[in-house]
Amino acid sequence: MVDHFDPAQHESADTFYPEVIHPKVAHLMPESYQTQNSFFADNPSDIDATVPTILIGAGTCGLSAGAPDTRQAVENYFADSDLKPRLIDVGCIGLCSEEPIMEVQLSGKNRLIFGKVTAKKAATILKSLEAGEVNSKHCLGQHRKSGESAWDDVPFIDEHPFFRPQTRLVLEHCGVIDPDDIDEYLKRDGYQALAKALHTVTPAELCKEVELSGLRGRGGGGFLSGKKWTFALNTPADHKYMICNADEGDPGAFMDRAVIEGDPHRLIEGLILASYGIGAETAYIYIRAEYPLAIERLKTALAQATEYGLLGDDILGSGFNLHIKIKKGAGAFVCGEETALIHSIEGKRGMPRPRPPFPAVSGLHASPSVINNVETLANIPYIVREGASAFNKYGTDTSKGTKVFALSGKISRTGLVEIAMGTPLREIIEDIGGGIPNGKQYKAVQIGGPSGGCIPTQHLDIKVDYETLKTVGAMMGSGGLVVMDEDTCMVDVATFFMDFIQRESCGKCIPCREGTRTMLGILKDITRGRKSEDGVDALDRFKGIMYMDRLAQVIKDTSLCGLGQSAPNPVLSTLRWFRDEYEAHVFDRKCPAGVCPELVTYSILDDKCNGCHACATQCPSDAILGTKKNVHHIIPENCIACGACIAVCTKQAVIKE
Amino acid sequence: MEHLIIPDLDPILKRYPDPNREHLIPLLQDVQEEQGYLSKESIGVISRHLEVSPAKIYGVATFYNQFRFSPLGRYHIMVCRGTACHVKGSANVLAAICSGLKIQPGETTRDGLFSLEVVACIGACGLAPLISVNGEYHAGVTPAKIKRILNSYRKREEIHANG
Ligand SMILES: Cc1cc2nc3c(=O)[nH]c(=O)nc-3n(C[C@H](O)[C@H](O)[C@H](O)COP(=O)(O)O)c2cc1C
Ligand code: SF4
Ligand code: SF4
Ligand code: SF4
Ligand code: FES
Ligand code: FES
Repeated sequence: MVDHFDPAQHESADTFYPEVIHPKVAHLMPESYQTQNSFFADNPSDIDATVPTILIGAGTCGLSAGAPDTRQAVENYFADSDLKPRLIDVGCIGLCSEEPIMEVQLSGKNRLIFGKVTAKKAATILKSLEAGEVNSKHCLGQHRKSGESAWDDVPFIDEHPFFRPQTRLVLEHCGVIDPDDIDEYLKRDGYQALAKALHTVTPAELCKEVELSGLRGRGGGGFLSGKKWTFALNTPADHKYMICNADEGDPGAFMDRAVIEGDPHRLIEGLILASYGIGAETAYIYIRAEYPLAIERLKTALAQATEYGLLGDDILGSGFNLHIKIKKGAGAFVCGEETALIHSIEGKRGMPRPRPPFPAVSGLHASPSVINNVETLANIPYIVREGASAFNKYGTDTSKGTKVFALSGKISRTGLVEIAMGTPLREIIEDIGGGIPNGKQYKAVQIGGPSGGCIPTQHLDIKVDYETLKTVGAMMGSGGLVVMDEDTCMVDVATFFMDFIQRESCGKCIPCREGTRTMLGILKDITRGRKSEDGVDALDRFKGIMYMDRLAQVIKDTSLCGLGQSAPNPVLSTLRWFRDEYEAHVFDRKCPAGVCPELVTYSILDDKCNGCHACATQCPSDAILGTKKNVHHIIPENCIACGACIAVCTKQAVIKE
Repeated sequence: MEHLIIPDLDPILKRYPDPNREHLIPLLQDVQEEQGYLSKESIGVISRHLEVSPAKIYGVATFYNQFRFSPLGRYHIMVCRGTACHVKGSANVLAAICSGLKIQPGETTRDGLFSLEVVACIGACGLAPLISVNGEYHAGVTPAKIKRILNSYRKREEIHANG
C-alpha cells in the first residue's frame, strides 16, 4: 500500500511511476475527473474522424439479426470504390429491435446511427449518404459531438424516445467504443478509478466508499456491496477470492452479456477494484457457456489489461497483485446461487449448501470469497472515480444509482434500458418501450425472472426500486422485464416457470424437488383438455387447486436455497392478479388467450375457404388436408395448435375456439 | 462423425497438466467441444488423468445440462425456451421442429442430419423467438419459417453430398 501518496503533489505521471509502467498507461494519474452524466453527450473523440468509419453492432443480438451479412454488404459496396472506410465491430447501443445497427462517421460530421440495416439496405443507405443525403427511414439519429458539425434535420440520438428517459452510467460506453481495443477505454477515463484507488485509498477506505454509495447487489439479493466486502476484508486468511457472477441464469435477461460484449474493461476494472478492496489476489469470472461472444471479448480484454500491467503482479507499481481466471458455466440455473457456484468452480456438482458460513467467511476452497454480479461490479469504477456522492444522487432513499433492464416480449422497442432507480414502470413500458405493438392491450410484465412476479395494469405506475416492487409481490431480480399482452395466457406462463424450476431444481431438498413437480402437475391438469382427461383427472384438477396455496407455503418455508424459496412466486403472483384466468381454465375449460394447446381447437370454415392452399404449405405438422381450389380441413390429431394457418389465411377461414 | 475407439485427448490434457479437481469441468467442456459429445472412452481417459473415478465424473457431467453422451447430428439445432421466447411463441416453434423432424429434444434424426436441444436462453431475447443451428442464429422465427429453415439446411446438405 502506498498511502502517503497525495495526487496534488504528483502532477506528472513520470515522476510517480518510473519504469514499471507500460507507456500506454503512463497517464493513469488520479487527476481531475470529468463527469459525464448524459449518455452520448460527449461523443467519440477517439474515433479518428479523418477516415470515414463504419461501425457495425456486433453483439449477439446484432449477429442474430444479420450483422455478418450487413458487414459483407458494406465490404462489397466499397470493393470497387476509392473510398476505403474503416470497419469496426462494436458492442451494441442496446436497441435490439433496430438491429442490425450501422453507424457512419464521416469526417467533420457527427456520427449517424441507422437501424434495421439488412444486407439489402446497406448499399442504399451508403449510396444516398455519398450524395450527402441521410436516409430518414433508417436513420435513428446522430450522436452529439462538440466541435463537429451536426447534420441538419437529423434528431440527436439522446432525444430518441428510447434513450431520452434513460440514465446511462453502466452502459455509458456500450456500442460507442470498440470493445476489443483497450486504448479506447483508456481514452474515456478508463482505469483511472483503479489508479486512484491503488495509489490513494486503503482497502478499508474503498469498502467504506462503496458502502457509502449505497450500491446494492444487482444480481437479485440487493445486499449492500460495501458491507459484504468489509466482512471479507475483516476475515483474516492467507487466501481470499473475488468472484464475478456472470452466469445470468434468468432466461429472458441479457444485461450482463451486453455489458461484457460492449464494455468488457469496465467489468474488469470493477473486478480488480473489488479484489483490492477485499484483499484477494485471485479472481474468477464465472460466465455462461451460452455466451461465446462475451467469453471471447473477455479473453481479449484480459490479455490486453495484462499486457498493459493493469493485471498481474505489482499492478501500476502499487505492489498489488491480481490474476483473473475465466470459468465457463455448464448450463445449470442453480449455479447462479453463491454456494452452488463455488462448488461448480471446484469441479463438483453445483449444489447449494446451508449458510452460514457465508462465503465471505468461508467460500471457495474454504477461504473468504465475495461474489458479485457483473452489473454490480460495472458500477464500481464510476463510484470510485466520481465518489459515492456522485453515485447516490441517483435513485431513491434505499435504492441508489441506476438499474439496467433487459426489455423484451410483446413490446415495440426491445433492448437494454438503464434508468435511475425509482423511475415509474409505466415510463419504461410506454415511453422507452413504445407500448404494445399491433394495437394489443397490455396485460402484465414479468420482473425478476423465475423467482419474481408479474405486475398487472393497475400497478403500472409503481416505482421501480427494491422495496416498492415487493409491495406488489414482485422483486427487482437481476433485471429481466418480459412484457405480456392480451394474447398471453397467465396460467401458461406460470406453467412455463414451474416447468423450468422443476427441471432446474438440484434435487437436494425434498420440498423443492417434489413440491415443484407436484405444482407443475397441478398446473398441467388445469391446462389439460377434455380429450385426454378421465374422471380421476377431473377430481385431481379440483383437488390440486385447493391444495396449491398450502403447497406453495411449504416449499417457500422449507427449501434450502433461493431457488426453492422463490419457486412458487410466479404461481402465487399470477393467482393473485389473474385468478379469473385460472377459473376460466378450471371451470369453463377455456383458455381465454387461446394459448393452451389442449384447450383450443383449430378448424376451417367450409363456406369461407377458397382453397388457396396457403395454410397447408405453412403447416409445420402436415395437419391440413385439401387440394387447390377445394375446401381444406384440419386433422385435429395432427394439429399442434401453432397458429401458422390462422396467420396466413387471408379469407379468415381458419378459426380457433 | 467418426466414432473413435480410443480418443486422442493428449492435446487437450496438456492444457491441464496437474490432476486438480478444478480442471474437471473445463476438461469435459474442451473434450465435448472437440468431439461433439462425451464418449465412455473419453470419460475413461479423463478419469485416469485427473485420478477421479468415472462414477464421480458421470455424477458431475450428468448434473449439468451442457453435457451430452451421444453424438450430435450434422446440424445441431438449439431452440431457446427462455421467458421472452416463450411469450413470443417458442413452444410452437419447438413443436414445429419436433413434428418436422420427428424427434424430441435430446435426440438425433435417424439419418444423422439433425439433432435437437433446448436451451434456457441464448441472450438475444429482444429478437425472440430464437433458434441457432450450428451456431448460426435465426431470430424472430415462426412455425411457418421453420419449414423453410429446415429445408435450407437439407438443401445445403444435398449440395454438399453431390459435390
Ligand atoms: C437460484 C439462484 C440463481 C441465481 N442466479 C444468479 C445469476 O445468474 N446471476 C447473478 O448475478 N446472481 C444470481 N443469483 C444471486 C447470487 O446468488 C448472488 O446473490 C449474487 O451473485 C451476489 O452478487 P450481488 O451482491 O452483486 O448481487 C442467483 C441466486 C439464486 C438463489
Ligand atoms: S431449494 Fe431446490 S435448488 Fe435449492 S438446494 Fe434445495 S433442491 Fe436444490
Ligand atoms: S389459407 Fe384459408 S382460404 Fe386458403 S386454403 Fe387455407 S383455410 Fe382455405
Ligand atoms: S395450428 Fe399449426 S399445426 Fe394446427 S393446422 Fe394450423 S398450421 Fe397446422
Ligand atoms: S442489441 Fe445488444 S442487447 Fe440487443
Ligand atoms: S429468452 Fe430466448 S434468447 Fe432469451
